Amino acid sequence: MTAIISSRTRGIVLRALALTVLALAATFLLDSYRNYQLAVVAAVFCATAGLTLLVGLTGQLSLGHAVLMACGGYGYALAAGLAAEADLSGILRFALGILGAVVVAGGVGGLLGLAGARLRGPYLAGLTLALVIALPAFASQVPGLGGDQGRSVPFEPVPDWLAPVLFSTEQWHAWIAVLVAAVAVTPLAVLRSGKAGLRMRAVHGDEVAARLAGISPGRVKTNAFVAGALSAGLGGAVLAIATQTVSPGGYDLAFSLLLLVAVVIGGLGSIGGAAVGAVLVVLLPWLIDTLTTSVGLPADLEQRLSGNLVVLVFGALLVLVTVVWPGGLSHAFAGRFASLSARLRRRSDQHVPQSLTER
Amino acid sequence: MRTTHTTPRNRARTVVAATGAVAVGLTLSACGGADEATPGVSEDTVTVGTHQPLTGPAAAGYSSISAATSAYFDYVNANGGVHGRSIEYIVKDDGYNPANTQTVVRELVQQDDVFAVLNGLGTPTHSSVLDFLNQNEVPDLFVSSGSTAWNDPEAYPYTFGYNADYLVEGSALAQYASDEHPDEKVCLLGQDDDYGETMLAGAQIVLGDDGVAAYETYETSNQDVTAQIGALQSAGCEVVMLATVNGFSALAVGTAAQMGFMPTWMASSAGGDYPTLVEFLGEDVAPQLLQGFVSVNYLPFSPDGEWVELFQQINDEYNDGASFDGNTVFGMGVAYAFTEALAKAGEDPTREALVEVLESGELVGNGIVPLAYSAENHAGYDAAGITMVDGGVQDFVGTTYRLEGESVTPIEPEQIALEDDGIPVE
Repeated sequence: MTAIISSRTRGIVLRALALTVLALAATFLLDSYRNYQLAVVAAVFCATAGLTLLVGLTGQLSLGHAVLMACGGYGYALAAGLAAEADLSGILRFALGILGAVVVAGGVGGLLGLAGARLRGPYLAGLTLALVIALPAFASQVPGLGGDQGRSVPFEPVPDWLAPVLFSTEQWHAWIAVLVAAVAVTPLAVLRSGKAGLRMRAVHGDEVAARLAGISPGRVKTNAFVAGALSAGLGGAVLAIATQTVSPGGYDLAFSLLLLVAVVIGGLGSIGGAAVGAVLVVLLPWLIDTLTTSVGLPADLEQRLSGNLVVLVFGALLVLVTVVWPGGLSHAFAGRFASLSARLRRRSDQHVPQSLTER
Repeated sequence: MRTTHTTPRNRARTVVAATGAVAVGLTLSACGGADEATPGVSEDTVTVGTHQPLTGPAAAGYSSISAATSAYFDYVNANGGVHGRSIEYIVKDDGYNPANTQTVVRELVQQDDVFAVLNGLGTPTHSSVLDFLNQNEVPDLFVSSGSTAWNDPEAYPYTFGYNADYLVEGSALAQYASDEHPDEKVCLLGQDDDYGETMLAGAQIVLGDDGVAAYETYETSNQDVTAQIGALQSAGCEVVMLATVNGFSALAVGTAAQMGFMPTWMASSAGGDYPTLVEFLGEDVAPQLLQGFVSVNYLPFSPDGEWVELFQQINDEYNDGASFDGNTVFGMGVAYAFTEALAKAGEDPTREALVEVLESGELVGNGIVPLAYSAENHAGYDAAGITMVDGGVQDFVGTTYRLEGESVTPIEPEQIALEDDGIPVE
């Protein structure tokens, strides 16, 4: 049994390693702006991966995942800011910042998880929703967070030993983002495929049955929440590094809901789906904006569409995906790959879930 | 169970792709040092960009600025451009949200390759890209905010302010208050950031540290100022200075009127534009509510002035006759100053040449006093003229104050004359 699990874990780690190397290599093919976008995608991926686990596996609906990202961002900004005041720089300041992000996001996630374990369905959604709405007021009332203007984050320059290899700061930030995302998401993938994942599915399936089987639903739910919060917090830290600032405006309700839309479109419970969702969240608004500008619409129409068209497209996409592929885009693609590889390898043990939440 | 499917064949392909990518990347980075043309400048165009609140809480007060700037550039382009190049102005919407500003400004610099960023609007928004623009050595001209943060040539050599900063405006209003309303209680309602704090500091230069009887703040994310107005009322304020954006100036005046509180209002230029306030308050009550409303300005906006006449023509011809207000004059003033700087930067403008022109002090602009740029000073206007609303018309009262160090002195305005149809030449 142990052998099977460890080989599975090894497989996941190897795959993550290969993907990380691939992403790092890809930064060389991208220009500065694309690298910045890659960093943002990686940051959002951290959050969606945790959220997909939370909603897809344990069935806990969090509408406030952006707040957990903000916790990571503020944690990083505060800790790295203190470190910068103490004249620290480089890896030490970065490590302290990440530690700050993990502590703040983990702490808030833990508290939220404890409350969440005692709440069901819409009540947890309500609790997390309240958090998102409270964030701007909280940021302006608590001294040191900088109100609506936010806090600036110490600039992370390209380290000297990497300067001959990397061609821009954005590429360096993309590297940081990819590496942090790998560290944040790989444990989630391991959790998901191991015993913890089974317990989460059991709790989601039937709490009473799970309890009869010796599983404590409260603990499983809290742990899932903390895991998701830590990952989201790391995402927030990455975003803070890439943009050199953290402000409540970046983590509003719209962004929080967008994260949820992203994991549903990508496929609930699937890490690959979370990646697809993260790419959509970052690239779709930009693509639509580029498209409307290049078409040459009248100025007032363009102004009216700006910001609104994206919401419309996300809404339409959500409806389309849920109707056509209830399992999300990742399952739709996976199903196609599966039938292809089955034809090649004469194997058809692939399971394509038909419901919204994979159990 | 599924993340990605890596068959042995795929894995082999992955390795090949990764190796290829690294190789290409190394080659690219090795030959990056080649001679490069100035970004944003081509044979026949100069491309500049900006970030503006076209949507969101600040849109209603400021979205017309960039349209006016574009209209003036269209006017210049229709008359042959600058050194044979037409000016292209890319406007990006950031919704007055610093997180969006980050993204759109990167897009402007790294994807659209703009020559300079012009008139980026807002203190919280623009602060978030200040480091980025200076690290990338992009001229960051005429920031649309009165924060003193833009005037820091040592730390931010590429950034130049434009507005009379809030210290200048705050001290001018406070001086006017103590000249015209001696012995009255002066209070201040300010935005909960640099804007409010700097105005307060400006007022304290004149009135002393205890001179402001009450200081209340608001946040842009909360559209209710009843508590703050109530506090000002119970403190017995007779003059209320406003460090507010247009929307909140209107909100403050409206809320106070409902509570039967009628102090003398004195607003900064960023929140004291009469036509914009009328849009918020409604045409039926605005003239009455805003009678005697004091503000400051440094741009030519007297209804019968030659600049306003020209700008109105441009507005009718190139901006579809959009409503004409202080934002229009501001947007076109910025465009005029940029055109002047570009003309003076020579036949083949570079980013360095543009910054040199500004630091040389040659740039005059079209205000009631010349622009004050030098190598040590990156702030635009160092003086402000007092305006007042009377019978539904906002105009200069003739009093102008200049802030030099810690002293405020009344000066004679020296309006820059309109020459060459308002198109600057070298």
